[in-house]
Amino acid sequence: MLRSAFRGGIHPPDMKQATAGRAIERAPVPERLVVPASQHIGACCEPTVEPGQRVRRGQIIASIDAFVSAPVHSPVDGEVADVGECLTAAGMRVPAVTITPDAEQDFESWEPVEGGEPAAVVRSAGIVGMGGATFPSAVKLSPPKEFTLTTVILNGCECEPYLTCDHRLMLESPERVLRGGRIMQEALGAKRLVIGIESNKPDAARAMKTAAHGTGAEVVVLPTKYPQGAEKQLIWAILRTEVPHGKLPAAVGALVHNVGTAAAIADAVDLRKPLMERVVTVTGRVARPGNYLVVLGTLVRDLIETAGGFVGEVERVIAGGPMTGPALGSLDVPVTKGMSGIVVLGPGDAAAPVDADQPCIRCGRCSEACPMFLQPFAIGTYANARLWDRTEQVHALDCIECGACAYVCPTRRPLVQLIRLAKAELTARGVRP
Amino acid sequence: MNEAARQHRLVVAAPPHVHGPGSCRSIMLWVVGALAPAALWSVVQMGSPALITYGVCIGTALAVEAAWNALARKPQTVTDGSALVTGLLLAMSLPPLTPWWISAVGAAVAIVLGKMVFGGLGWNLFNPALVGRAFVVLSWGGVLSKLPSKGWFRAIDVAGSGSLDAISGATRLAIAAADRAAKGGYRFDLAAQYQPLLFRNLEGSLGEVSAALLILGGLVLIWRRIIDWRIPVGYAGAMAALSWAFGSDPIFNVLAGGVLLGAFFMATDYVSSPMVPNARLVYGIGCGVFNAVGRFFGSMPEATTFAILFMNGLAPLLDKIFMPRTFGWVKRNG
Ligand code: SF4
Ligand code: SF4
Repeated sequence: MLRSAFRGGIHPPDMKQATAGRAIERAPVPERLVVPASQHIGACCEPTVEPGQRVRRGQIIASIDAFVSAPVHSPVDGEVADVGECLTAAGMRVPAVTITPDAEQDFESWEPVEGGEPAAVVRSAGIVGMGGATFPSAVKLSPPKEFTLTTVILNGCECEPYLTCDHRLMLESPERVLRGGRIMQEALGAKRLVIGIESNKPDAARAMKTAAHGTGAEVVVLPTKYPQGAEKQLIWAILRTEVPHGKLPAAVGALVHNVGTAAAIADAVDLRKPLMERVVTVTGRVARPGNYLVVLGTLVRDLIETAGGFVGEVERVIAGGPMTGPALGSLDVPVTKGMSGIVVLGPGDAAAPVDADQPCIRCGRCSEACPMFLQPFAIGTYANARLWDRTEQVHALDCIECGACAYVCPTRRPLVQLIRLAKAELTARGVRP
Repeated sequence: MNEAARQHRLVVAAPPHVHGPGSCRSIMLWVVGALAPAALWSVVQMGSPALITYGVCIGTALAVEAAWNALARKPQTVTDGSALVTGLLLAMSLPPLTPWWISAVGAAVAIVLGKMVFGGLGWNLFNPALVGRAFVVLSWGGVLSKLPSKGWFRAIDVAGSGSLDAISGATRLAIAAADRAAKGGYRFDLAAQYQPLLFRNLEGSLGEVSAALLILGGLVLIWRRIIDWRIPVGYAGAMAALSWAFGSDPIFNVLAGGVLLGAFFMATDYVSSPMVPNARLVYGIGCGVFNAVGRFFGSMPEATTFAILFMNGLAPLLDKIFMPRTFGWVKRNG
């Protein structure tokens, strides 16, 4: 079944061919791990270990007593070398635990465990949205009473160019993905479980369909179009409902989880395995592009080594996909729970919007591309002129920062930056979406 | 900053890090390319006077823009292609024998009053080429209307002399108007006029030489999604419908008198036209309606120019009226 796509959107070249055929491979554990104490949206955890202390794989090394948060576990057996700070991909300084891993690591010994209340298990396993949003998953599993959840949607769209980690996960471990979905469906009492996959991954869709056969879960193949994986666009494609302005997806009875998150939830509930590693696509100008299973805290520098190092001239190293991921200023940032890829771009590959002083020629392409039906040029122009009230009138706060507008703008206006500026200003003034 | 980063001079920039094909200049060059067949054909047909008109309009437009930027100490924008398009469009809206100084003034006015005083590309409310043309027509309309057209051409053909006061033949539009006045309806033998209009119309402006080549260029722009079909279709549709309603040949009226140049290439100017799809359709229709009204009830042969300029003025309002609702917001008025 191929649904029609949401309105708007763009078709950037998907650039996935370099890694789509590469099976997930475990990356070697580097000599040093830097594990940030905060790898999620919400309250930052505090390190709970001391330098010199021995830690076991799966042991909590940072936590906090807050609802919107997720504890951090040691990804390896080893020794705490330092408790200090580190720089994250987003350019923030956060507390971090540096660990010297043991030479020998046992990655396999997890025994099946029965029972346990899923929300609690998921919470203590430190699971967050692995598509990049890093919202603590347990919070989504404990929705306020006024919502009736009818549909759990697993997001297997992976609409960002270059990234293939979700693709490989669905292809190689469809049962785990599905199992995670079922756990959520049961925990929430939802009627439907739907897995949405873009049409450019027919093998993954087939694998998921086979796994889902006879379970009542539906696999829906969606048109390949960016940003099909954006929560609101995905919900529209599957349920034909718009999440109302300023509301959560739960308002229309839906809950969206990334497929990687679903697999992690399955491991947490069935094996009590915390989130300590993830699949990262390393691609672009590296010698061995691939999908690597990486222990969290591995520095991007080491991961690039694993992928054979840089090839040719390198201009940008992006954490995540090129449409929304930040460009790294340093390779000494760690892989975290939400980091789906490292994309290395050279001169000519990268061509970002540049200059706010470029004129808007009113071509209308940005409005045509905007999946939120906004008028990005207008928000950009008002933001540039510091007319914040006007940016609010044209619904700047509804922007999902997908970047489609900036991608198409012929004069390369930095529309997303301008819109972000407007959003930040409006939020600071207490305007709520 | 660390070693590898320094070694590779990592660029830290905000996402998105990839960009689609297409730039301001490439769009402008597509427009020039789409106009090129009709322009070249007009040079083949009209010879050196046409060449002079093109040269003066384009040269002046570029020079004036460059000079303006230099004097105003603004970044140089002359290479973005928009001045080239403006000069070319202005030339195509003028008769081939336009005195060179009129062409030059028109191009200078187009750039300065049509664009630069508003703040340059992107800020002009009106289509610069049409501003230039309107200025020229209002200032020297008498001169322009007395220019020989086909008659001049035939005079050269026959006598080999450059005599400029050869017969100033009545244009087909004038003949059609006379027909209508005399008979209260159009003659079907006007159909015999389609062919010259399509391929070799040596009356009127440079842009009127071949309707067929203009349509071809316009279709290319629609196919490349550079212009929105709604504007030319709305324009030509309204023009045809009203012509029919006023008892004139609809096809003839679309093909004749600069309507196609206006509909495909002038009304579609991004900056001065609406952006919202429905607003574009209404805008196109508006252009067609005012063009038809001007042609049938006004005395001016300049209906196209003023119809588009008038609708330019309404474009921001139309955008406001037809602004689509944002995703997730309840439909206004159901
Ligand atoms: S305005 Fe926001 S939502 Fe719309 S295309 Fe641009 S980034 Fe995406
Ligand atoms: S795409 Fe760029 S130039 Fe076109 S309307 Fe939007 S902001 Fe203006």
